[in-house]
Amino acid sequence: MTWRRALYLLPLVGFVALAAYFFYGLSSGYNPELLPSALIDKPAPQFQLAGLNGAVPLTNQDFTGQVVFVNFFASWCAPCREESPILMDLARRNVIQLYGIAYKDKPADATKYLKEYGDPYRRVGVDETGRTAINFGVYGVPETYAIDRNGHIRWRFVGPLTPQAVQSQLMPLLKKLGAS
Amino acid sequence: MIRAVVVAALLLGFVPAALAVEPGEMLANPQLEARAEAIGKQLRCLVCQNESIEDSNADLAHDLRVLIRNRLTAGDTDAQAIKFVTDRYGDFVLLKPPVEPATYVLWFSPFAILTIGALGAWLYIRHRRPVPPDEPLDLNQRRKLERLLLEDQ
Amino acid sequence: MIIELGHFALILALPVAVLQAGLGLAGAARGDWNAMAAARTAALAQFILIALAFATLVHAYVVSDFSVLNVAENSSLQKPLFYKLTSVWGNHEGSMVLWVLILSLYGAAVAWFGDAMPPRLCARVLGVKGLVAIGFLLFILFTSNPFLRLDPAPANGQGLNPILQDPGLAFHPPFLYLGYVGNAVAFAFAVAALIEGRVDATWARWVRPWTLASWCFLTVGIAMGSWWAYYTLGWGGWWFWDPVENASLMPWLAGTALIHSSIVVERRDTLKSWTVLLAILTFSLSLVGTFLVRSGVLTSVHAFALDPRRGVFILALLVVAIGGSLTLYAMRAPRLQPGGLFAPISREGALVLNNVVLAACCATVFIGTLYPLFLDAVGGPKLSVGYPFFDRTFVPLVIPLLLAVGIGPLLAWKRGDLLGALQRLWAAFAVAIVVVLIGLYVERGGPVLAVLGLGLAAWMAMAAAVEVADRVRLFRAPWPEVWRRAINQPRASYGMSLAHFGLAVTVAGISASAFQQQRIVMMHLGDQTQLAGYTLRFDGIGKHDGNNYTADVAEFTLLDGSRVIAHLAPQRRFFPLQQQTVSKTSIHTNLLADFYLALGDPDGKGGWAVRAYWKPLVPFIWIGGVIMAFGGAVSLSDRRWRVGVAARRAARAALPARGSGA
Repeated sequence: MTWRRALYLLPLVGFVALAAYFFYGLSSGYNPELLPSALIDKPAPQFQLAGLNGAVPLTNQDFTGQVVFVNFFASWCAPCREESPILMDLARRNVIQLYGIAYKDKPADATKYLKEYGDPYRRVGVDETGRTAINFGVYGVPETYAIDRNGHIRWRFVGPLTPQAVQSQLMPLLKKLGAS
Repeated sequence: MIRAVVVAALLLGFVPAALAVEPGEMLANPQLEARAEAIGKQLRCLVCQNESIEDSNADLAHDLRVLIRNRLTAGDTDAQAIKFVTDRYGDFVLLKPPVEPATYVLWFSPFAILTIGALGAWLYIRHRRPVPPDEPLDLNQRRKLERLLLEDQ
Repeated sequence: MIIELGHFALILALPVAVLQAGLGLAGAARGDWNAMAAARTAALAQFILIALAFATLVHAYVVSDFSVLNVAENSSLQKPLFYKLTSVWGNHEGSMVLWVLILSLYGAAVAWFGDAMPPRLCARVLGVKGLVAIGFLLFILFTSNPFLRLDPAPANGQGLNPILQDPGLAFHPPFLYLGYVGNAVAFAFAVAALIEGRVDATWARWVRPWTLASWCFLTVGIAMGSWWAYYTLGWGGWWFWDPVENASLMPWLAGTALIHSSIVVERRDTLKSWTVLLAILTFSLSLVGTFLVRSGVLTSVHAFALDPRRGVFILALLVVAIGGSLTLYAMRAPRLQPGGLFAPISREGALVLNNVVLAACCATVFIGTLYPLFLDAVGGPKLSVGYPFFDRTFVPLVIPLLLAVGIGPLLAWKRGDLLGALQRLWAAFAVAIVVVLIGLYVERGGPVLAVLGLGLAAWMAMAAAVEVADRVRLFRAPWPEVWRRAINQPRASYGMSLAHFGLAVTVAGISASAFQQQRIVMMHLGDQTQLAGYTLRFDGIGKHDGNNYTADVAEFTLLDGSRVIAHLAPQRRFFPLQQQTVSKTSIHTNLLADFYLALGDPDGKGGWAVRAYWKPLVPFIWIGGVIMAFGGAVSLSDRRWRVGVAARRAARAALPARGSGA
């Protein structure tokens, strides 16, 4: 085969490479929409938020020395309702320490929402301006973060948690962080 | 684009959106405002497709616009204000990807392809013998041409 | 029962497509005339069946038959009839049926006009189209079937995304599909030619009308989409380089290259294997455009729900269609013998330059769209590739092409005279310089690039005019002769001049968008504000009850001094079913500039956020697109492409032809 003939093979070779990449993308279940957090393995942002219903403010200090999960939610967010039973289940089984941050929500609405759908959180802070969420790099609710004993963000999950995500991501992570 | 925002809004929860830059957000100082707009044009609205936060009506874009304006008013340089956002959201928010080893292929391939294409075309044309100047048609050819032209009319 | 009839018709179309493919390809291979004729009948039957299926789906939407899942998910009782109709293709499943409908329409057209074509070529083209149809019918029936029932039927449907409820967007997909799917004809011709192992001037003539037609549709489709974005988004953006737009731009760029390179095949019997490759690539990019992006496999815009089965099916289709044709290409293309020689400076040379640049532009869009996903998939950083990237790559690539557009048509075939062409273009050059100087003076300290863009547009527009004047020997021959020449010019050459002129108009519009002025203010009743020398007065606000929305309607008066120019009424529409607010802008245009007004949120204290823009020359962007498409249509009407002329004219192609373009 001369080099000239090889030239005619180029388009095919290029396409095969592309198709292989598409196939990899499809079969690995890779989701281009999922953005990794820029804060993974970095210290969680400092914050101090008003507690829901006049409770003491929620701050980073509350987390020191523990592995905690922070869930951003809102009463106006439909997917949060979808996620609620899973969070409730985790709370009931007492497997994680879950804190809630109500994103861009009025305290009264958040209270009503938690009454209606159940309150899986140890405590809830109210982020009315959304500034704390921005510091975490939140771009939509719900989002869930894991913070280790040293106050570093180790995991972020975008969108409603699913039983699969709990099994395949959250539980192994918990094991890892609990052991270290 | 807006369609992406709308669809995304159904999936993730977003506060119902207003229009892009709102009067209340704008800074009184026109120079600062111009800088803020220039920065905003460089940053991607995270929940949209290729729309800048300056042009997006997503709620998060609004918050980021306000934030950038606050930072500039507080005395941040443009680079500091942009870094404030990339620290939280990563390089993903930059509509112009940084030029770094991972993006060399992206940045240089357009011109590389043009160069290779132009070179290939040049070689293709040159590789074949140069064209002899047009010879005048001989009598037979001229007749044939006339016949064809006639047929055409 | 009606919907089952449609379902059945669509299922029946599948064996008919198998027949069309088998009879067409085998018939041509064996020289069996009956089989070849039957393939044509099958193509017509295919169209009738799919049209029937589509009609029943339309019927289901019109009568709001919510027992059909697809209707229940995408329509509602409150929707105006017009949008009930357009929601047929406003969703994935319905749009797929439209896709195969158009595919079969083109197939039927090829079969209908097939009498004048070499029968084998016609049979092979239909055979290849049959293969494509089989793939997509299977795709619809197994993964995206719009004819499924829902039991029990809901009382009302879920409605259509309010954003889609718009005349501009309603007709955008059909045009886009007419363009995309039209490229399947050129593709089928290319594959048929590879099977036959022969590409010649006749072949190029046969492909050309189809390529031109789909290019025109695609041009209109893209322009429509961009215009829709412009008036919908509330700030007048018209192009975002987002994956969906890029997906339509890529086949357009490749198709533009194809209509230029096929001229070289037709006239000079060379660039054959490249042209065949372009035909394959153009359709491949159309497929990528329709499926990979729309199905969400790549970008996951969630425009259509992602179903992994669909993704795998689509990929398999792409592998068979594109991989198969490229394999055939690798095997057969080396045998295509190149014909006429030419010098670098010649019409052919200019067309090669056109192809090199367009291919590089297309590759740039391709890489810009896919690279972030590629990098992400291999574990690299997450990136966005937005307009700043394309401004720095695509734009500089295009500039030499825009310069060459003016010169190319004035070069002779085989060996051109660059200096002579430039001399004839002195007037165009002078006008361009004057435009740039005036621009720089008026816009002191303004955007220099935009001024240069205007100069470039003036150059192209003038060059197109000079070229026509040159052809008819304007001012150089007596008037009767000029008149006679003007009448006798082939339409194709006017088509070319028009299309190039349209491109100039678009470039002017794009460049001038840098000069826009804006005012974003909170206004109360009776307030006035100034913009670009005009006065805008806020006269009132009222409520309007639409069929499936309620709207705040503001009334504004636009004044020039004290003279009333226009009344503007931007709206904010609220769709209760979807809980969405959509802004309806109000635009006053005099075709040279737009005054663009959008109504924002109220502040609760009687003030309303108002966004006003003055956008000079912005209508040129779309007017230019329409002129380009019109140029294509004029070229299409050239009698040379008409049925029966091609074969006779082919004999002439061998003779040196000078002075008529395409």
